[in-house]
Amino acid sequence: MKELMLGNKALARGLYEAGCSVASSYPGTPSTEVTEEIAKYRDIYSEWAPNEKVAMETAYGAALAGKRSMCAMKHVGMNVAADPMYTASYTGVNAGMVIVVADDAGMHSSQNEQDSRHHAIASKLPMLEPSDSAEAIAFAKAAYGISEAYDTPVIIKMCTRIAHSQSVVETGERVCPQQKPYEKNPAKYLMTPANAIRRHPIVEERTKALVQLGNECMFGDIRLNRIEWAEDRDLPGEDVPNAPMPVEEGMGRIGVICDSTCYQYVKEVYGDSIDVLKIGLVNPLPTTLIKDFAASVDEVWVIEELDPIIENHCRMMGIQVHGKDILPMEMEYSQNLLREAMGMDVPASAALEEAIPPRPPVMCAGCPHRGLFYTLHQHNVRVMGDIGCYTLGGAPPLFAMDNNLCMGASVSMLHGFNKACGKESEQNTVAVIGDSTFLHSGMTSLADIAYNRSNSTVIILDNSITGMTGHQQNPATGFDIHGDPAGRIDLESLVRSMGIDRVRVVDPYDLAQCDEAITQELAAEAPSVIISRRPCALLKTVGGQKVVHSRPLVNDPAKCVGCKSCMRIGCPAISMKEKKAVIDRTQCIGCGVCQQLCRFDALVSGS
Amino acid sequence: METKNIMIVGVGGQGSLLASKLLGYLLLKEGYDVKVSEVHGMSQRGGSVVTYVRFGDKVYSPIIDRGEADYIVSFEEMEAARYLPYLKEGGRIVTNTQQIDPMPVITGASAYPEKLIEKLEEKGAQVDAMDCLTLAEEAGSSKAVNIVLMGRLSKYFDIPAEKWQQAIEALVPEKFREVNLKAFALGRG
Ligand SMILES: Cc1ncc(C[n+]2csc(CCOP(=O)(O)OP(=O)(O)O)c2C)c(N)n1
Repeated sequence: MKELMLGNKALARGLYEAGCSVASSYPGTPSTEVTEEIAKYRDIYSEWAPNEKVAMETAYGAALAGKRSMCAMKHVGMNVAADPMYTASYTGVNAGMVIVVADDAGMHSSQNEQDSRHHAIASKLPMLEPSDSAEAIAFAKAAYGISEAYDTPVIIKMCTRIAHSQSVVETGERVCPQQKPYEKNPAKYLMTPANAIRRHPIVEERTKALVQLGNECMFGDIRLNRIEWAEDRDLPGEDVPNAPMPVEEGMGRIGVICDSTCYQYVKEVYGDSIDVLKIGLVNPLPTTLIKDFAASVDEVWVIEELDPIIENHCRMMGIQVHGKDILPMEMEYSQNLLREAMGMDVPASAALEEAIPPRPPVMCAGCPHRGLFYTLHQHNVRVMGDIGCYTLGGAPPLFAMDNNLCMGASVSMLHGFNKACGKESEQNTVAVIGDSTFLHSGMTSLADIAYNRSNSTVIILDNSITGMTGHQQNPATGFDIHGDPAGRIDLESLVRSMGIDRVRVVDPYDLAQCDEAITQELAAEAPSVIISRRPCALLKTVGGQKVVHSRPLVNDPAKCVGCKSCMRIGCPAISMKEKKAVIDRTQCIGCGVCQQLCRFDALVSGS
Repeated sequence: METKNIMIVGVGGQGSLLASKLLGYLLLKEGYDVKVSEVHGMSQRGGSVVTYVRFGDKVYSPIIDRGEADYIVSFEEMEAARYLPYLKEGGRIVTNTQQIDPMPVITGASAYPEKLIEKLEEKGAQVDAMDCLTLAEEAGSSKAVNIVLMGRLSKYFDIPAEKWQQAIEALVPEKFREVNLKAFALGRG
């Protein structure tokens, strides 16, 4: 049966059908749904790991044990997981192992737009890039096959547009291979220098074999790379051959080499009117296939988002191509972007003369982060920031975040800042970090503060969930990926066990409490941790209990003087209409933070 | 058939995902090739959100570009204006007249633009504007704004109303079915 399926869900389906049995991931847009969908298949063991490195090592361990495994992450997550990945390339696997990575060209939800194809090249791992949901299913199956046939982990690279678009698929049955026996084999798995020295040449030979696979295009009945000759070509037979076609003099034929979502933009613009080499196995690249293709056309264009990976490869082979000389290195491509670059007309369009105010994402009404960030704003301190919903605390009107870098960095940046500046900054600078982010990599940074003693003040924003990526459980919530009870790390005990004695918990809905804690801990001559604890306002249940919010507040217009004090917290539920505050009852959950700012008692609980 | 494009725009959290799911389901049943593209993540926190629905004999690109949308379905008035450049010449906007202040308006950094519907019409857009929130509440839930909009959009399609209703029945859980079917009928008018 044909159905529409999200790219990420299709990839999960493909992995399931191919017999994936163990899955360990850390969430990150746009990769999260792959694992969320995998978790729905209860014959796969699945989990959220504390971070990507742990996830990758867990998946590796499972593959070593003889079961097909997977881990998934966003592009920056691959930096965290790079260490095991680069050596797993040397050892190879036992059963198949698939690493899913999702890039985010255009930075819809990311702090940079690095191109993870570089990681494939640098780690010498094969990388497959599907162009739609059907191909995601097919490539998942190919990936396990290649992983076992070539003894290597295989990377499947998604990008926002493939991960988050639905297209038509047909699903099949699950075929689960038997668990492979594990045999102790230090020469293969124990990477001492002496053994690793022997493994490296095997990796180079593997790459040569994979280049050959790319040239042949087919892995079993799955087409990895393909040439789609233009419709005006005289094709010899039924099946589209990969063999070179004669260059027809004077035709000025353009041939396009493309991958991933760019293939779709190329077909959208050109249909079947030009020759296209679609690359599905992007690492290693198919040398002969590219040469033959280039020899069949007068001019080669390489159309790929972000960095010139395929383009540089062509140039290294001595093939003249156009690419980044006319197309940008940054942001997503689209059909109009190609049309403009190729000197074609773009469809006419209109716009209003006046500027439409932007609508940036904001902290939700009732978000527990708001009260804490308002307090930081009032204290006018430096805030070393981190990544999560709370990064929105840096936006107007709170402006309460100076910087961010990568997950976990707030805590170590604070330590470095304080070591550089001493007392002046110790009493004037804090780090803020979410619960999931703290457990991801903030813990090790805090160990540095505890060990090398800086009088740093770290604020853990514990909203009992991984909020930004859409509510995943984490090691501090007490629940697993299925929402079933699981182990729970107690943050206070964890911090104390590191030797940090000053640990206190505040309720971010209580501004006076936040104020007191921040004043005292900044002044203290010892490392300290403030845990700002309140569940995310969007959670429907916490700790298995149904959440009941307070009634929405209403503004009493007789008391309201229109001073706008309540507007200083940037709550989306509060606006001014005719010089009085108005509270949107569909958004307000009665957190009461605005109430604490009103000197006229105008904000009261509604009925 | 040449590919047709429907863009659904609104404010993160307004429920555009059900609208695109409904369209995708229905159009696939009608025998078209379909692609639906959503953005998850950051922008869902009250930001401006866009979903693309494309259908035809063969759909390649998952996204809709400037000047390509046959329809823009908007959950909020200003969002309709924001995405006007994506409308095809002579294309149609179906919009809710509800206004939701974005943060720059709340903080006073900018003002909510006035008379947007008239201005959109002046630019040649065919605008079908209605207060979907009131209709949704009449149907029984403020959350049914999405289905009110689908009801109105359905008027411009050659697909019989029963097919739309069947799609709603297939996708909406039993207990919300009645509300949504009513919302659809109210939107269709
Ligand atoms: C290395 C890495 N992995 C994943 C992500 C995606 N990501 C961004 S924020 C976040 C989690 C935030 O959760 P938490 O720290 O609990 O803060 P909250 O959003 O709940 O406020 C994740 C997983 C990332 N940016 N970098």
